[in-house]
Amino acid sequence: MNVKAYDRSKAKRFLLGGSDRQGLIGQTAAYVLLIGIGFVFLYPLLFMISTSFKSLDDLLDSAVNWIPSHFYLDNYRRALEVLDYFPVLMQTALVTLLPSIIQTFMAAVIGFGFARFRFRGRNILLLLVLFTFLIPPQVTVIPRYILFNELGILDTLAAYIYPAFFGQGINAAIFILIFYQTFRQMPDALEEAAQLDGAGHPTIFFRIAIPMAASAFIVSFLFSLVWYWNETYLASIYFGESLTTLPLQLQKFTATYQAMFASASSASGGTNINEGIELAGTLLTILPLLVIYFVAQRWFVESMDRSGIAGE
Amino acid sequence: MARAIQSFFHRKGRIGYLFVLPWLIGFAVFTAYPVFYSLYLSFFQVRITSQGIDTVYAGLANYQRALVSDVTFVRQLGSYFLQTAVSVPLIVIFALMIALLLNRPIRFRGWFRTIFFLPVIISSGPVLAKLIEQKVTSIPAIEQNLFYRLAEDYRGLLVTDLFLFIMDNMIVLFWFSGVQILIFIAALQKSDKLIYEAARIDGASGWEMFWKVTLPGMAPMIVINIVYTTVMYSISSLNPIIEQIKTQMFKAETGFGYASALSWVYFVAIAALLAALTGLTAYFRAKKK
Repeated sequence: MNVKAYDRSKAKRFLLGGSDRQGLIGQTAAYVLLIGIGFVFLYPLLFMISTSFKSLDDLLDSAVNWIPSHFYLDNYRRALEVLDYFPVLMQTALVTLLPSIIQTFMAAVIGFGFARFRFRGRNILLLLVLFTFLIPPQVTVIPRYILFNELGILDTLAAYIYPAFFGQGINAAIFILIFYQTFRQMPDALEEAAQLDGAGHPTIFFRIAIPMAASAFIVSFLFSLVWYWNETYLASIYFGESLTTLPLQLQKFTATYQAMFASASSASGGTNINEGIELAGTLLTILPLLVIYFVAQRWFVESMDRSGIAGE
Repeated sequence: MARAIQSFFHRKGRIGYLFVLPWLIGFAVFTAYPVFYSLYLSFFQVRITSQGIDTVYAGLANYQRALVSDVTFVRQLGSYFLQTAVSVPLIVIFALMIALLLNRPIRFRGWFRTIFFLPVIISSGPVLAKLIEQKVTSIPAIEQNLFYRLAEDYRGLLVTDLFLFIMDNMIVLFWFSGVQILIFIAALQKSDKLIYEAARIDGASGWEMFWKVTLPGMAPMIVINIVYTTVMYSISSLNPIIEQIKTQMFKAETGFGYASALSWVYFVAIAALLAALTGLTAYFRAKKK
């Protein structure tokens, strides 16, 4: 059977039999579905972009649908101001980068321990690692809050760093598992050869294991970054007023806006908050993530293949 | 002492404890202890004083309050149960459909994967909240749909409310499926092509192959995705319950004790849902055989 006939019969069967034409129909239907659903997926994003460039007149004018009547940047100017954008962006970068780096490195160490050594209780501990994924953060947040308070690390970045270092950061279980899968595939012969050459376990870890796990490092780091960036629940509890992130700023966007502009609007005819300004703020909050995604997109979408979750 | 330590690690595998040690410490300090401590606190009236925390034994009062007198919490818990029980299967089935479509010989597959995964990156709580607020999370022009209008006329019934919830939040529900789609695709691509070849020779139709070959092969992934979806859905800040827990935590008259009780009730609810959903899958698998 040649490839073409094989393809055709497959498509035909997919539609419960029929002539050659139905294979084409099946394929077209798949494209239509995918494009349709793809549009629905992107719709909020497209709407956000379109609306954020609209002036108040455009927002009220029902004739203006997707394309704003003129290039209007005032929404962004105001949103930048309300979010206190650039200082907060630097803070968000700090709050996400540091825990992500630490979490990734420690997940590698822990994953290596689970993958390369057979010690008593290993399987039970691995099960416990998985179990930590199921515990909602709400259960541990109060005792952790009290504990951090006693340690004097509440309202500081250390409240993120300590759990990250000890393998209890955000979704740490997933990263430990990714490294566990990666290091399990390391050939035993390589380790034995290194040992014969007199390499100790730290040397093996740093010189052999880490270089072969580059993709696991990238995937873990990127996902950590995104998850720490998007975390607002824990951030608002642990950091209080002392540290803030862009998503936290977005959360109180309306209130901040009103505090900044409410008095001015009645006196000097300034604008009240409208969806253009709000969506400009939302877009500014996710913009850094979008940039990261489009640069490192390959690593994100191939992550599941590398995690080994789908079996070998 | 040094010799004892040396001889302990002499057995090859035991060095592994050293690598796993940070996790062990972290698990004890930041997870196990907090889990039990919050269970303990949930039976107490907790007050923060200048000397530290002051606890007074309260028996089951916190739980009684949560499940009997706190009307908001009971209502929120009820709608959480319903919404999750409906949303999770919906998300998983949707993810499987997309994965099957993308597993066909399709051009621009990479582009589609990029689009379907994008929400995982950008959908933090405040962003979703803003989008829901602006009403861009339902499918465009859904309000004109006959069924939607019909359901709106009968608002207040369980069925119509659920239907409207799904329709109003369709895009958010879709947006929860990014990781699951990738897990399904990875599994589909690793599945054995020879089985399909054999089934085809035996004259199985595409439909039959889906039910008899693809679906049973995907069963472990379905369970993984159900667990993942339930957990992610439950801890997303879309959920009014977690906001409620936070509010109660910093309220003077209720405080940490009551908030702990709420979080434990919530934990048990999530566990029950997980057990029910995975149990149901196991049941269907057993029935098939």
